[in-house]
Amino acid sequence: MSDVRAPELLRAEGLVKTHYGEGAPAHAVRGVDLSVTRGEFVAITGPSGAGKSTLLHLLGGLQRPDEGSIWLDGRCTDSYSEARWAEERRSGIGIVFQFFNLVSNLSVADNVELPALLAGRSPKQARAEREALLAELGLEGKERSMPGELSGGEQQRVALARALVNHPPLLLADEPAGSLDSRGTREVMRLLSRFHQRGQTIVMVTHDARLASAADRVISFFDGRIVDDATLDGTTPPRGPGISGVLELRD
Amino acid sequence: MRLPLLALLARGPAHGYELKQDLEQLLGSAYPQPNIGQIYVTLGRLEKSGLIEGEEVEQTGRPNKKIYRLTDAGREAVSAWFQKPEDEPRVRDEFFLKLALAPQTGLADQITLINKQRRQYLNTMRHLSKLAAAEDRDNRIAHLLIEGAMLHLQADLDWLERCQEELEELE
Repeated sequence: MSDVRAPELLRAEGLVKTHYGEGAPAHAVRGVDLSVTRGEFVAITGPSGAGKSTLLHLLGGLQRPDEGSIWLDGRCTDSYSEARWAEERRSGIGIVFQFFNLVSNLSVADNVELPALLAGRSPKQARAEREALLAELGLEGKERSMPGELSGGEQQRVALARALVNHPPLLLADEPAGSLDSRGTREVMRLLSRFHQRGQTIVMVTHDARLASAADRVISFFDGRIVDDATLDGTTPPRGPGISGVLELRD
Repeated sequence: MRLPLLALLARGPAHGYELKQDLEQLLGSAYPQPNIGQIYVTLGRLEKSGLIEGEEVEQTGRPNKKIYRLTDAGREAVSAWFQKPEDEPRVRDEFFLKLALAPQTGLADQITLINKQRRQYLNTMRHLSKLAAAEDRDNRIAHLLIEGAMLHLQADLDWLERCQEELEELE
């Protein structure tokens, strides 16, 4: 099971996940193979209810697959306990969610420093990391604010700082702009692109094609399965009758 | 290109090269720009049809330049242009015809067509994102143009998703 061709950071084989609730069982993930190499920015798009969030949760160990296996940096996670996965999410995997999931009764500074402290950093190191990240994300002066006092866009930036404070090799993002306005969406897009340019590996689930186009690979997810896996270049301007007809020059 | 040039001249007289620069600055890099040759040809035609009039201005050490001004008829043409609403940009769609005809020909598969078209749209979207990032932040008009193109593409992608949902159910 070793792959020597590329520095593979994440690998999934034969993932299956079915949700059993009231009514008919929902086949959220129906046999997914996926490989993400270090430094890649992958977007997973598809209609709501296609199972793409479930897939992301499987990749982050937030849910366990019914079938199939996941390898992180070459290590098989089949035998991982909940505690081992939690440890992985402190240092190996950062996650941002649609609704930010900040701890509402902790200040911005504490929200960002907490995972660093849990990972064993000294308070001094944690503070230094937090200061650098908040400055980078344009949140200076907000350290003492409570999450509820911030706009949605600001809260998502705090969540991004929290996810990245331990420099995890992998960042997972689940609809990171799903509850933001278009300005907030552009901001998230700009920041993810910036971290990606510095080498951050990112796997993002989104239904927003604008956000997806920031990635260099877009996977189309449909009805629990990957139906297309496309590498985008976007370097050559599309030719022909104008961009989607709207940019066409008429005489 | 006729009416945008006339509209620029409604601000006051200008020569061809000025008009080209103004257009570029106003619309930004996303909008396909006419070259200077096309602008001179169009100005010539507009002059012939009486919508503008040109006046040669002598320049020392350089060829003469021609300054154009809008005539009353030209001003009326611009007003009429602004008064008339435009057709929707997407009424006909070549991709739709391919999708509709594919099963009967046996030469193409609908889902393959959808996937290929989605790649094209996503690449265009990426190209637009890059243009938006490179565009001057303060050029609101240029950013609105790019945002409009992106929203159209988003709608096209949503529609492809609908096609895929419907057609996969049939399979």
